[in-house]
Amino acid sequence: MSKKVTLPLNDEVLKDLKAGDNLLLTGVIYVARDAAHKRMVEALDQGKTLPFDIKGATVYYMGPSPARSGRVIGSAGPTTSGRMDAYAPRLIAQGLKGMIGKGLRSQAVKDAMVKHKAVYLGAIGGAGAVISKSIKKAEVVAYEELGAEALRRLEVADFPVTVINDIYGGNLYEEGKAKYQVKAP
Amino acid sequence: MREIKASDITNTVARLFEHSCHYLPPDVVIALKQAKEKEKSPVCRDVLDRILENANIAGKEQIPLCQDTGAAVVMLELGQEVHITGGDLYTAVNEGVRQGYDKGYLRKSIVNGPCFARVNTKDNTPAMIHTDIVPGDRLKISVLPKGGGSENCSRLTALSPSQGRQGVIDFVVNLVSEVGSNPCPPVIIGVGIGGTTDKTMFIAKKALLRKVGEPSPDPEVANLEKEILEKVNNLGIGAMGYGGTVTALAVHVETFPCHIASMPVAVNMQCWCSRHEEAIL
Repeated sequence: MSKKVTLPLNDEVLKDLKAGDNLLLTGVIYVARDAAHKRMVEALDQGKTLPFDIKGATVYYMGPSPARSGRVIGSAGPTTSGRMDAYAPRLIAQGLKGMIGKGLRSQAVKDAMVKHKAVYLGAIGGAGAVISKSIKKAEVVAYEELGAEALRRLEVADFPVTVINDIYGGNLYEEGKAKYQVKAP
Repeated sequence: MREIKASDITNTVARLFEHSCHYLPPDVVIALKQAKEKEKSPVCRDVLDRILENANIAGKEQIPLCQDTGAAVVMLELGQEVHITGGDLYTAVNEGVRQGYDKGYLRKSIVNGPCFARVNTKDNTPAMIHTDIVPGDRLKISVLPKGGGSENCSRLTALSPSQGRQGVIDFVVNLVSEVGSNPCPPVIIGVGIGGTTDKTMFIAKKALLRKVGEPSPDPEVANLEKEILEKVNNLGIGAMGYGGTVTALAVHVETFPCHIASMPVAVNMQCWCSRHEEAIL
């Protein structure tokens, strides 16, 4: 069973999310990967504002393939989140509430999620075609010259994700593995 | 001497990349379906269902299976009786990559200046080309659009010969445990043992072209593949790392003779979205 969640996320919604929950997200998410993150953190270093309001925002780590004509977007699955670990705690401290991606996070990111109440949500890597069906609108809002790495604003409906890290320190990767691990005799 | 036109090479490379990014090879689909039957975790069975649904949609609606349509790896087996006319081989291959990635609406993911400015080349060239010269008058072209996420989980090490077979098992299993969900499991694990380090990684990558789960013809190697697969699946990582009994679809090991002082081992990690296709001209 999937829980329907309307974005933006807030503490009231986050308190009911547990590692392992399947969610269907509806609302606005922002897309940024390596190069866009580097620019956002550089902007913060220089005391500039970010290209979107990060308070309560959800960021999707993704770089789409080009859209065929008449289509909203191309293939649009998650990229490996760990590469954004260097930047994520900074953005979480600024009010970022949700991150969507795949793969392991650093201890610093996990600590920041508990401290500032934010969640990490997993999308299925490699399933970019089926994921793209839940994206209803896509537009570039900054760093257009970065191409696939530009900062995008998406409107999504019933976008499927699984809670990996919740605000209580729960971690699906660890809990799932512990359940199915076969210890050597 | 048999003549092959450079333009035929270009057209073939373009077609192979475009097609392979939209259609999973049948052996991969079968392996995923078998994984679903074996998987004990309902969460991971759902993930595998979704992955199979994705394969369906990708072909039907012409949306790439994965947005990461990879670095363009091209393996050529060039018969020494072949004469290429109307252009040179590597230019023809790169032109094929350019056209295939453009026409197929595939993502261009290659940057110049890897540790400097990282400027996108905008056409996914240059291809990573490997050429074997073989007897005969044919040209076999294998393409392998290789995603960055799984490629980043690949490793090379120089073990001491004293570490032996067990050393290889430990290296591979520890690596899979360390990278966890990063390479998009269930993975296919290409392992190279022996050679010099350049050769080691190359045979690890070449192992990925084998039909998924087809054992090595060498019984000793096949036995090693089986043991590594079992140990990897005992890790409990499961599809997408959500916890399950199928972490890898297959382990393919290739070996090559090596120096008396050496025992290099390489792992080339492949996500479940194992795209590759070949053609013979």
